[in-house]
Amino acid sequence: MKEFGRYMLFLESLVVRRETFITYYRLVVDECMQIGVKSISLFVLVSTFIGAVTTVQTAYNLVTPLVPRYIISQVVREMTVLELAPTIMAIIFAGKIGSSMAGGLGTMRITEQIDALEVMGINSSSYLVLPKIIACILMYPGLVIFSGICSIVGGFIVGTLTDIITPTDYVLGLRSNFNDYSITFAMIKSFVFAFLIASISCFKGYYTKGGALEVGIASTEAVTSSVIAVLLADYFLANLLL
Amino acid sequence: MIKIKNISKSFNDKSILRNISGEFDKGKTNLIIGSSGTGKSVLLKCIVGLLHPDTGFAFYDLRNFTDADKEVKSEIRREIGMLFQGGALFDSKNVEQNVMFPLDILTKMPQDEKLDRVNFCLKRVGLENVNTKMASEISGGMKKRVGIARAIVNNPNYLFCDEPNSGLDPQTSILIDELIQEITHEFNITTIVVTHDMNSVLGMGEKIMFLYKGDKLWEGSNEDITHSGIKELDDFVFINKVMKNLKGNKLV
Repeated sequence: MKEFGRYMLFLESLVVRRETFITYYRLVVDECMQIGVKSISLFVLVSTFIGAVTTVQTAYNLVTPLVPRYIISQVVREMTVLELAPTIMAIIFAGKIGSSMAGGLGTMRITEQIDALEVMGINSSSYLVLPKIIACILMYPGLVIFSGICSIVGGFIVGTLTDIITPTDYVLGLRSNFNDYSITFAMIKSFVFAFLIASISCFKGYYTKGGALEVGIASTEAVTSSVIAVLLADYFLANLLL
Repeated sequence: MIKIKNISKSFNDKSILRNISGEFDKGKTNLIIGSSGTGKSVLLKCIVGLLHPDTGFAFYDLRNFTDADKEVKSEIRREIGMLFQGGALFDSKNVEQNVMFPLDILTKMPQDEKLDRVNFCLKRVGLENVNTKMASEISGGMKKRVGIARAIVNNPNYLFCDEPNSGLDPQTSILIDELIQEITHEFNITTIVVTHDMNSVLGMGEKIMFLYKGDKLWEGSNEDITHSGIKELDDFVFINKVMKNLKGNKLV
């Protein structure tokens, strides 16, 4: 509870004594490049393969000819939109971006760079952390959409190349019984997950104490705590919104 | 001028500083000295507001800094320059961007004016043609110089240096000390230096505060330090055999 209280105070500190809009604008653009653009290749790789594997495994489990083949792509679609793209990618995002944020801020803390900002009269938490959170909230939903597309395309490529499903059936499955609320739900989840990953990772990094060893510990804790928070939020959002 | 009054600080019930009071004069290099673990850096952090003292206050030209609200604190902090032990340069920026940083954030100066000011400060600390080098590409001594340039770029009224010559060779240490002293006199600023380096103490200690196990034991100048008559201070000053012999021969 004490840690949660510190986290809430930390969030409050982000919005007091802010710098100018133009300062944040530049920092947010920089962070978007670091967080978003540099994560694309990893997202493409992982989601394409997961889409492909989902197609193969669903086909493997469809042993009865009574179930039409287009169910395969329907399963791929539902898994991708509801869980794979927002949640599984959030775990990967926490591993890549969360640990990097915690490590970067932790190093700044132990090398007195954060103290240097404070002495200059700058609200260091707002200056360093707020742009990261905003950039995550801006970029992660885009990455989720991109990841969803890659997963479905991955399933299509593997499914059609290995004769598991015809292109027509695959497209039919994607379009049948489509509920567009799934997309809204996935977007809501991606905003929440982006906020949780960025804020928790920055919180862990910002309050690092000690030396290089503690920076490593902070990075690990950032990933662990972010993943737990994402999974809990996933459950509560599913209960609340579905 | 900076005045401190009854500053005390404890961590987990362990008392680090007890009722430290004193004045640090404008236009002088004021030193806080003492052995490792006596609370020098904690006192400095209490003065600049990186730590909040349990009791006591720090006054910047009669303005109460310790109990000031965040806005006033922020205003006073914009008059402060600080050199950290490791330089505390921002890794993601090059030398020029590091020195320009306070101007970018705290002023609305045009870019060419900022660049002139940065080049002036870099030249003042004896660094030229290093503008595009990253912080990780320069030596320890150069990092300190860049740190000094960044500390003075915004024309501060107060300069704080936390062990400015730690990790440097004796020759570079003396150059850094001389630079700090010259800048203090040239810009008439209140400078506080935390050090346990005897060359610094004897070389630039215009006003010295000696801390021993969290208490202030002595205050004076580098001219008085060798005949203070305080055992703990003598133990600190005449720590090595050469100095002891010099004292015995009354050469100090």
